[in-house]
Amino acid sequence: MFYKETGQFKSRYKDELAAFPLFEDKIGIGILCVLTFLVIPMFGLPGLNYEFAMGAIMIPCMVFIIMTLGLNILLGFAGQISLGTGAFSGVGAYAFYKFITIFPDINIIIALVLSGLVSAVVGVIFGLPSLKIKGFYLIVATLAAQFFLTWAFIRVAWLYNYNASGAIEGPNKEMFGIIMIGPQSAGMTRYYFVLVTLIVLTWLASNVIRGRIGRSWMMIRDMDIAAELIGIRPLVAKLSAFAFSSFYIGIAGALMVFFWLGAAEAESFDINHSFLYLFMVIIGGLGSITGSYMGAIFVWVVPVLIKEIGKSVFGFDAFVMENFSTILLGAMIIIILILEPHGLARLWQITKQKLRLWPFPY
Amino acid sequence: MKKHIIGAAVALGTLISTVSMSFAEELLVPHLTYRVGPFAANGTMGANAITDYFTMLNERDGGIGGLKVNPEECETGYNAQKGVECYESYRGKNPLMHIPNSTGITLQLLQKAPEDEVPIFTMGYGLSAAAKGETFPWAFNYPASYWSQMTSILSYIDSETGLKGKKIAFLYLDGGYGREPLPLLDKLEPKMGFETVRIPVAFADSQNQGSQWLTIRKEKPDWVIMWGWGVMNITAVKEAAKTRFPLDRFIGNWWSGGHVDVEALGMKAKGYKASNFTPAGRDFPVVQDVIKHVVSKGLTKTEPDMPGKVLYNRSLFMAVVMAEAIIEAQKLTGKANVTGADVRKGFEMIKLDEARLKELGFEGFTPVIGSCADHEGQGSIFVQQWNGKDWEKITDFIPPMTDIVQPLLTEAADTYKSDKPGWKTQNCS
Repeated sequence: MFYKETGQFKSRYKDELAAFPLFEDKIGIGILCVLTFLVIPMFGLPGLNYEFAMGAIMIPCMVFIIMTLGLNILLGFAGQISLGTGAFSGVGAYAFYKFITIFPDINIIIALVLSGLVSAVVGVIFGLPSLKIKGFYLIVATLAAQFFLTWAFIRVAWLYNYNASGAIEGPNKEMFGIIMIGPQSAGMTRYYFVLVTLIVLTWLASNVIRGRIGRSWMMIRDMDIAAELIGIRPLVAKLSAFAFSSFYIGIAGALMVFFWLGAAEAESFDINHSFLYLFMVIIGGLGSITGSYMGAIFVWVVPVLIKEIGKSVFGFDAFVMENFSTILLGAMIIIILILEPHGLARLWQITKQKLRLWPFPY
Repeated sequence: MKKHIIGAAVALGTLISTVSMSFAEELLVPHLTYRVGPFAANGTMGANAITDYFTMLNERDGGIGGLKVNPEECETGYNAQKGVECYESYRGKNPLMHIPNSTGITLQLLQKAPEDEVPIFTMGYGLSAAAKGETFPWAFNYPASYWSQMTSILSYIDSETGLKGKKIAFLYLDGGYGREPLPLLDKLEPKMGFETVRIPVAFADSQNQGSQWLTIRKEKPDWVIMWGWGVMNITAVKEAAKTRFPLDRFIGNWWSGGHVDVEALGMKAKGYKASNFTPAGRDFPVVQDVIKHVVSKGLTKTEPDMPGKVLYNRSLFMAVVMAEAIIEAQKLTGKANVTGADVRKGFEMIKLDEARLKELGFEGFTPVIGSCADHEGQGSIFVQQWNGKDWEKITDFIPPMTDIVQPLLTEAADTYKSDKPGWKTQNCS
């Protein structure tokens, strides 16, 4: 029924290499685009308050997808394990804050790209140990980054403009006459901005991964000595993975603070967040862009929905639901990893495979 | 798969919407709680007290102005991101106010409040500068800001041993909350002629303060003032006792003087002092009413020994200020079903003087008198001391040094709005 490849003949190499070679995929993506660009911003999510749907589900989801994409590049494609994701996202957020306060007239897009670059530089610096060490030892090195950077976010008062509260806060800021960030910005504007950023970054990631650089990452991941023997320079490959990954994570961090939360303390970039992002990548599926989407959505949306349903449908106490959703999420992580160690992306792939053979899958 | 998800979402959505449509006319007073997470022991106490007080009003008086109050809880685990999620979930439901119960969450909500026209009430925490009603029309931190509290503590020290030439160690939780008084100390040191040694305690090191207390031993300060929270408090008192620092020279702020902070130490903590504005004890008529109408009827999760403890009574007091703001708003508008904007005005008109406090059963608590320009009330605090079994009030009310604090608050409020173009202020003259 779905996914009939028969009859879809490609006559050019270009068609074979297209991002979505199947006609059905194109329809699916088209529906998704209509949903995200028109339906959701117009009507919100069914049954949920509009601002809640935007502010607590859609925007954070997209921010976390970017975050997961970033970590997936490092972990899933280049095979370098990092526990510094939280801190690198903080670098992006603080850099963005400094850029928009030092240069009040700066364009938001430029500030965002610059803060991503700052985060990339920091990522490269803390990625240097990866040239010598691997696996668990690299985890410890990135853990050092995590602790050092969160320490700096508290200690270096210059980073938050000597604010008495120690927090960075998003001022109202316009772009092309529309208030993009700050308390006066509308949920819809922020939604569109994050959505477009997400699409651009996904497009960039998918192309980089399919290209020379991405292949060199995967070679390093699969067997670094062999990769070196056939002419991949580990220095370039590993550091570019760190740079790319931190660039994404930095942008996600800036988006998280200024397009979603509105203000943040160093607490928003702590080790627990690093673990959260790691869960997203692992549940979604290592080395898969679709997996990054699924993992982030799953880990963020499931607890929120469980809590809402438990509260409004069954009338449970808030803290009971909080504990329950944590337990349920933990259980689901274990179940998914036992049933399908390659994450949701692999499940999706199997589903697709079965649908191709529908109605007689085997 | 995609379609299944969409289908499921639609089904869920209709379920949720049918339920949320059916809310009756009631006063929705959401408060953010942290019954889970690192500060759960403290958070449970506070969450219970607020819910209990409104349940008591519903049981005893049939609500406020004839409408039942719905003190809905939203669990944050003291996490700022969850706090924002909670805040968003109340949009469109006409919440009368928001009670963030965390300085971190407050900072995020402060900016959203003016746009959504829902006041934010932070009793004894939050941003000190929010005391300036002209700059922060939508935020209230009755009965006193942290800065006011610090000056009250300093006047207490002054009255005990004199302040000039003294060395004071300031032990604080290294975060927004603990660093809040630092700019004030910068200003006061030269003015009042004392010296401070600042000793931060990182959150992760809360339970391991060996090096901090080594510093204190080395520096030999005359007094130690603490801005601590959670397990940091009990660790500090324990360390102080261990290093034989005289405990009657060790004074905590109002978040470092609960029962949880010293109870386990018992006699070892005897002599430790803390500032407070909500006396402990079960003899207050209001506490008795809560026990009678709520706790003994089993309408709550409160353990029978909780009412009367410092943190419980404080949250009870928090709830009474919230209720009073609603009452004022009802008086002002003449209708029972008020909005957040009405309650904001109610907060400004609050007049919990001694007579009113006595009427409500809160005699001996710090009076709260608000105005358009003054959103902190400049309330006085008293000092309490642990006698090994219970907290004992040892001083009368000590007023803050208004002449020093107010200009600094104005300055801080101006700094806050300086980099926020379009910040909404109000004119009080």
